[in-house]
Amino acid sequence: MFDDFMIRATLAGIGVALAAAPLGCFVVWRRMAYFGDATAHAAMLGVALSLAMGMSVFVGTIAVALLMALIVTNLSGRGYAMDTLLGVLAHSALAFGLVAVSFLSGVRIDLMAYLFGDILAVSKSDLMVIWGGAACVMGLIIWRWSALLTATLNEELAYASGINPKREQLLLTLGLAITVAVAIKVVGVLLIAAMLIIPSAAARNLARTPESMAIFAAIIGSLSAVLGLRGAYVFDTPAGPTIVCVAALIFAGLGLRGAAKSAGH
Amino acid sequence: MSLISVQNLSIRYGAQTVLHHVDLTIDRGEIVTIVGPNGSGKTTLLKAIIGAIEPTAGQITLKRGLRIGYVPQRLHIDPTLPMTVQRFLRLTNRVTKQACQSALATAGVPSVLHQQMASLSGGQFQRVLLARAIIHQPDILLLDEATQGLDQRGSASFYQQIEHVRQQTGCAVLMISHDLHVVMSTSDRVICLNGHVCCQGSPAVVASAPEYRALFGTGTGGALALYRHEHDHGHDHDNGQDHDHDCDHNKMDGAA
Repeated sequence: MFDDFMIRATLAGIGVALAAAPLGCFVVWRRMAYFGDATAHAAMLGVALSLAMGMSVFVGTIAVALLMALIVTNLSGRGYAMDTLLGVLAHSALAFGLVAVSFLSGVRIDLMAYLFGDILAVSKSDLMVIWGGAACVMGLIIWRWSALLTATLNEELAYASGINPKREQLLLTLGLAITVAVAIKVVGVLLIAAMLIIPSAAARNLARTPESMAIFAAIIGSLSAVLGLRGAYVFDTPAGPTIVCVAALIFAGLGLRGAAKSAGH
Repeated sequence: MSLISVQNLSIRYGAQTVLHHVDLTIDRGEIVTIVGPNGSGKTTLLKAIIGAIEPTAGQITLKRGLRIGYVPQRLHIDPTLPMTVQRFLRLTNRVTKQACQSALATAGVPSVLHQQMASLSGGQFQRVLLARAIIHQPDILLLDEATQGLDQRGSASFYQQIEHVRQQTGCAVLMISHDLHVVMSTSDRVICLNGHVCCQGSPAVVASAPEYRALFGTGTGGALALYRHEHDHGHDHDNGQDHDHDCDHNKMDGAA
């Protein structure tokens, strides 16, 4: 059954959605949306470097995304506001990545595939990397769940409970870098942050606890992947952006429902 | 052995010395209140005790296996984070629903278990924070200006609740308070902090200590003097009398 490209694409989309959903909740709760963007954009530089050095794109993007995340974490609170800093770093990384790619001679690469994903071209080995990475991220989040949640709520509360919030932040950063690396093939560097944030933001309307929000986010993300692929097939539209469009429509629908409900009270 | 013993503690942020040569001990079952002006290092001291700040010099020794119940100064829950009271109480401890209910009852908010944290009033919210802190039977409660944002009646009843918790559970309490008028009635011991320990002892002893009077003003004595101090520091930086300071209040307001 893995021989059908649509099935491979669907499984790839669901894999990314499952990794991105719980992580995306933390990105939303901690107000790290721009941080996710910067990490994802840095991946473009990772792609260029991996191709130049002939190593695996997956390893290269993880390395550069992680490096970017660490730089941002260390630079924060040193004179510039966080959004300024991230704006500088995210777009510089993307620009440097694009320029670096243009220097590569002899390698024919489809830039659009890295910018917007190429989910229909997912191979069996890509699928293994995506599900392997997604399993790592989910495992990490489940293992550290309550510590991550406590550190997100309040740093002092975490310290008093024997949790080091800096360590938890580092683990989140690691999870983010892995997610970026596995999501490139599916939605591309420009739309990775959308897969992190939109399903989680949509799930907020349904959830009463952090756990239910993460689960709803996973469901909404997977649903977006399935419906988005179907829509891309029917309307002959690019698959990655179509997935994000579906997620956005779900977000809008749930938001309107929430607004109607609170107006009715 | 004391629950907490602080020896010769100094903490510097860069060139600013926030605490210097602080010695204090907290024993089983006592209520100790730290008072002092803004920027006197009260919050820094509490953060150092929970391990959030590394001491520049000196030592903080906690009794082995000491269980700390911490009530933060302010807890902001991002509106995007859904959180019921029950889930919040189970944040770091696996506890039964019954334990949740009994902690809420002890803290004085028996019927909020299934509410969203965001829907609570200020007073209820602080009591839920208190319930979370006492739910795993701590040896000591640490409270950092836990009544900030409550009106006078609200904070008075919050402190009564704390005394009530101490009576029920026998835990020690170390708190920072700006509600100076209630310090005298609820504390076993008062520590007057201003970068260093100015003086400490029973409320009556501290109230009559010259160091305390220098900090909190003279004349009225007792609770009112405590209260006055908030608005009018007794320190005279120009003449440098009474106290040795190597810190400037104005600069340090953000550091506390």
